[in-house]
Amino acid sequence: MGAKAASEPWVGRPLLRLEDEALLRGEGRFVDDLDPVANARHAAVLRSPFAHANIRRLDPTPALDLPGVVGVLTGADVVELSRPFPAGIDSPTPHYAAAHEVTRYVGEPVAVVVARDRYVAEDALELVDVQYEPLEPVLDAEVAVSSEACASDRSFHYGDVDSALARADLVVRERFRSARWSCTPVECYGVVADWSEAERSLTAWANFQGPFTLHSVAAGALGLPGSKLRLLTPPDSGGSFGIKSAVFAYVVLMGLASRKLGVPVRWIEDRLEHLAASSSSSGRLTHVEAGFTSAGELLALRYDAIEDVGAYVRAPEPATLYRMHGSLAGAYRVQNVAARNRVVLTNTMPSGLNRGFGGPQLYLALERTMTIAANRLGLDPADLRRRNLIRAADFPYRTPSGALYDSGDYGSCLDDALTLAQYDERRAEAEAARAEGRLVGVGMACVVEPSISNMGYITLAEPGEERGLPKSGNAEGCTIAISALGGITVHTATTPQGQGHRTVIAQVVADRLAVEPSDVDVLTEVDTATSPWTIASGNYSSRFSGVGVGAAAAAAERLSEKITAIRAHLGDGSASLRRIAGTVHWNPEALPPGMEPGLAVTAYYAAPNLLPPDADDKVASSGAHGFVADVAVVEVDRDTGEVTVLDYVTVHDAGRLLNPLLAEGQVRGGLAHGVGAALFERHVYDEDGNLLTGSFMDYLAPTAPDLPEPRIAHRESPSPFLPLGAKGLGEGTTMSVPAAIANAIADALGRDDVEPPFTPGRVWELLRQ
Amino acid sequence: MKPTQFDYVRPDSLDEALSALAETDDAKVLAGGQSLVPALNMRLLRPSTLVDINRVPELDNVTRGSTSSLVVGARVRQSDPRLNAHLVLAAVLPHVGHTVTRNRGTVCGSIAHADTAAELPLALLACDGTAVVASARGRREISAEELFLGPYTTALARDELLVESVWPELREGDGFAFEEFAQRGGDYALCMVAARVRGTELRVVVGAVAPVPTVLTVDADSPGESAVAQVEPWGSVHGSPEYFRQLVRVLVDRTVVRAKEQAA
Repeated sequence: MGAKAASEPWVGRPLLRLEDEALLRGEGRFVDDLDPVANARHAAVLRSPFAHANIRRLDPTPALDLPGVVGVLTGADVVELSRPFPAGIDSPTPHYAAAHEVTRYVGEPVAVVVARDRYVAEDALELVDVQYEPLEPVLDAEVAVSSEACASDRSFHYGDVDSALARADLVVRERFRSARWSCTPVECYGVVADWSEAERSLTAWANFQGPFTLHSVAAGALGLPGSKLRLLTPPDSGGSFGIKSAVFAYVVLMGLASRKLGVPVRWIEDRLEHLAASSSSSGRLTHVEAGFTSAGELLALRYDAIEDVGAYVRAPEPATLYRMHGSLAGAYRVQNVAARNRVVLTNTMPSGLNRGFGGPQLYLALERTMTIAANRLGLDPADLRRRNLIRAADFPYRTPSGALYDSGDYGSCLDDALTLAQYDERRAEAEAARAEGRLVGVGMACVVEPSISNMGYITLAEPGEERGLPKSGNAEGCTIAISALGGITVHTATTPQGQGHRTVIAQVVADRLAVEPSDVDVLTEVDTATSPWTIASGNYSSRFSGVGVGAAAAAAERLSEKITAIRAHLGDGSASLRRIAGTVHWNPEALPPGMEPGLAVTAYYAAPNLLPPDADDKVASSGAHGFVADVAVVEVDRDTGEVTVLDYVTVHDAGRLLNPLLAEGQVRGGLAHGVGAALFERHVYDEDGNLLTGSFMDYLAPTAPDLPEPRIAHRESPSPFLPLGAKGLGEGTTMSVPAAIANAIADALGRDDVEPPFTPGRVWELLRQ
Repeated sequence: MKPTQFDYVRPDSLDEALSALAETDDAKVLAGGQSLVPALNMRLLRPSTLVDINRVPELDNVTRGSTSSLVVGARVRQSDPRLNAHLVLAAVLPHVGHTVTRNRGTVCGSIAHADTAAELPLALLACDGTAVVASARGRREISAEELFLGPYTTALARDELLVESVWPELREGDGFAFEEFAQRGGDYALCMVAARVRGTELRVVVGAVAPVPTVLTVDADSPGESAVAQVEPWGSVHGSPEYFRQLVRVLVDRTVVRAKEQAA
C-alpha cells in the first residue's frame, strides 16, 4: 500500500494481506508440509460401513502379516487406553475415539492401521477381519425425540408467552427444517502424534482451530493432565469454518495409536473420510408460534426445537442450540420469548462447529415467520420488521434471554439495504413478472450477528442445579517481544485459517508502536507449551476482531508505555525503537529504577459482560452483536426448478472495520456458505443410514461462478465494550442468506412450505404439487 | 484414497502399447487420467497394469478424414484448439469438466470410459461417429451406435486400444443444438440432449438419463413428450425419476427448437 499520512492509523485501511506472498510462492506451511518428528509412520482408519451394528468380531491378525504394517489399534484398545470424551451434557452412549462392540454411524472409526506408508496402510485395512451384525438405525430426529435417544430436554421462559399469544390478532404456527451441511475446507484434517512413554505425554501436531476447551476434552480422554498433551498447530490452515475443531478426536485416536505401537503416527484425512465422518452442522426442526397484533407488532415468540447432533454429543455440542440463546428474539423488541430445546441422537455423523453455528437455523425460523406474518396481515415484510426492530436509542439493549446488544442502528441499516436494492421497484417488478407467469420473488432477512461466544453459555444445557462450577467469559492472550535489534515478533493463539490475522495484528501493533505493519512479524503457530493461550483461545464465533485484537492491542500498549518511559528516562525523546531495544537488552542498568528488565509483554484480554448464566437462565451469550440486513431477488425456472439469484444486497454493521478489504472477504465468504446452505448443500442419508453425499460428485458446494455477485454496504456503529470497537463479521451472511433466499422463493412461488436447500430437483417437486 | 498396487508400462510406440495390452488380462490404459485416477484412488478399479500411452507418438494427431470428418487421436486433449474446427465438438467441449481437467483429459479417453453422463460419448453418437480400435490382432472400426454397451462398458475387447475417434462434420443446411442441465458449471449433467436436423430427419440423442447415450425417435410435433416415453431414468440424490423425465421433456423441446431454427 502507499504511504500514509503520519496521523492516519493503519487500522481501518484496506491493507493487502501480509500472508499472501508466502502462499502464492508455495511457501505456506500446512499440516501436511510439517515433518516435525523423524520416522513417523502412516495411519489409515478402518471405518464402519453400517450406520448401526454390533461388531461381532474384529481380528487384525491378517493385516499384521502384510509387509510394511507396524500394527493395528482397535476399538478395544481405545476403550482400554482412554476414557470417553466429556461433553456439555451427559450422553446416553459413551463416545470414544473409536467404536468398540457397537458402531453408530457410517464412517465411525473401528480400527487404525499404521504402516510404512499410506498405500500399505490402506491395503492392510482390507485385511482386517471384521464381522458386523447390522442393527436398525435411528435416522429420523422426530422419531428419536420420543425415545432414549433424546439426550436433553430443556425449556426456557422469558416474559409471559401464553397470555401474549392469547391476545394476539394473528398467531403464526409453522415448522422449519434446517438440513445438515458441511464446511468443505480445501484442506482436510491432519495429525502427527508422538507418544513419549518416558514422559507419559503426547505431543501432537494438528490443524486444530480451537476452541482450546477441546484441548482439555482431548487430554481428559487420554487421561492426561493438560500439561502432558502438548498440542501444536501449523502456521497456515487450508480453511476450517469451524469444522476442524473436531480434529481433536483424531488427536486422541492417533495419540493412542502412537502409544500402543511405539512409533510416531501421521494421519492425513482424505476427502471421502472428511465428508462422511468429520463433522457437519446440526440438523434442526423448529416449530414456531408467534403472536402479532394486526398492526404487525410481534408480541410473543415460542420455539420448539429438535436438534439432531448425530451419533454422539461431541463437545462442544449441544452448543449449536445455545450459541444464539441471548438472541432468540433476533433483532426485535419482543419481550415474551420461550424455547424448548431437545437434543436427539441419530445414527449419523456427529455435528459440531460450522460457520454460522446456530444462526442459520434460528434465523430461518424467525425470519421466515416475520415474512409469513407480514403476508397474512397484508403488510409489507420490510414495514413489519421496521416496526419491531430494536431502535438506535435503545442501545445498549438487554434482550429478554439475557444478551447485551452493544450498539447499532438497525432501522438505518434496513433502510440502506432497501434503498440499495431498490426494494419497492423490485417488488413491483416481481409482481408484474408473476402476472406474466414468471416466478420472480423478493425476500429479506434482518439478523443480529453475535460474536465472541461466552464460554459459559453451554452450561444452559443443564438445569441450574446441575451446572457445576460457573463458567463465563472469553479470554485471549498475546505476546509481543522486541529483539535487541528492534525486531518485533507477535505470538497469537488465534489459529487463523485464512482470515488474515497476521495482517490485522500487524496493523494494530504498528499503530501502537509507531512502526510499519511490515515491521511486525506475527507468528500464528500455536504450541500449548509456550503460546499465550487460554481455554477460550482459537478461531471461532468470529471472536478475533474483538478479543484476538484486544489482546494484541493490550500487549502493544503496555510495551509502548514501557518504551515511552525508557525514552523519557534516557532523556532522548527522539531515541529510535532500535536504540531503546538495544539499551534494554545490552544495558539493563540504564533502565528507570525498579523497571522490570526485558522488552516483551504477554497480555490477556477478555470481553466484558460475559457472566455465567443466571438463576433465571438468562445469559449474555456473546460479547458483541453486529447487524445484517439483506434483500434477495430470485427467479425460479418453471420448467426445471432452477433458481437464479437476480440480485443480492447485504448491508452490515460490524462496528469499526479494522481492514475493509478483509471485511469484504469475510462477507463474501460468509455469503458463499449461506448460498451453499440455501441452494446447494445438504447431507443425505438413505433409509439404512448410508451417506449418499459422500463425495463432491453428490455433495455440491457452490464454486465461484455459482455465486451471485453481492452488493455490499457497511455502517459502522463501534462497540462501546471492545477496545477497537470492532465486532465479528465472518458469519452474518451465512446466517442471513438461507432465510433471505427462502423468503424470496416463497414470494416467487406464492407458498409458505418452502425448505432449503432449493436445489432444482427439490424446487420442481414443489412446483408440480 | 490410495490405489492398490499395479505395474506401470510406458511404451514408446503403438506396437509396444498393443503388445502390453495383449499380455495382460486386466490392463487399463492411462491417457489423461481424469476419470481413471480417481477411480484407482477410490479402489473402484484394481487393474494389474497401467499402460501409459502418453509417449506413443502417432496418437497425437487431429486430421481430416477421407469423408468429411475430423479424426482425433487417442492422446488429443479436450482443450486442444484444433477441435474447435468441428461444430459439434465446439458445442459440447465447454461443458466437459473444467479448464484444468480439459487440459489433461482426452477426447478418446472419455469415449472409452463410456460414462452416460459425459458429453463426448453422446456427441460422438449425435454425429454418427466411429471409433477406430487397434490390437495386436489388427484394426477395426466400431460405429458409435454399436460402441456403448452399458454403463462404463464398450464393445472394445480387453486387448484393444481406442486409437482414433472419427467425427463426421455437419453438412450444409444441418441444424444442431446441444443442451445440458447441471447444477453447477462443469458438473456431470443431470440430463443432456443433442439434436440434429438434416432435411426431414430429426436425430435426438439423450445422455445421463439412460445407461448409455441413446438415440430416440421423436415426434417432430411433440418432441419432448415423445422422448419421455422412451426413457426410464432411475433418480438420484439430485432428483426423482419424475424430475429426470421432466428434464428430458424440457431439454428435448429446447434442443429441437434450436436445431430447427439453425437448419432453417
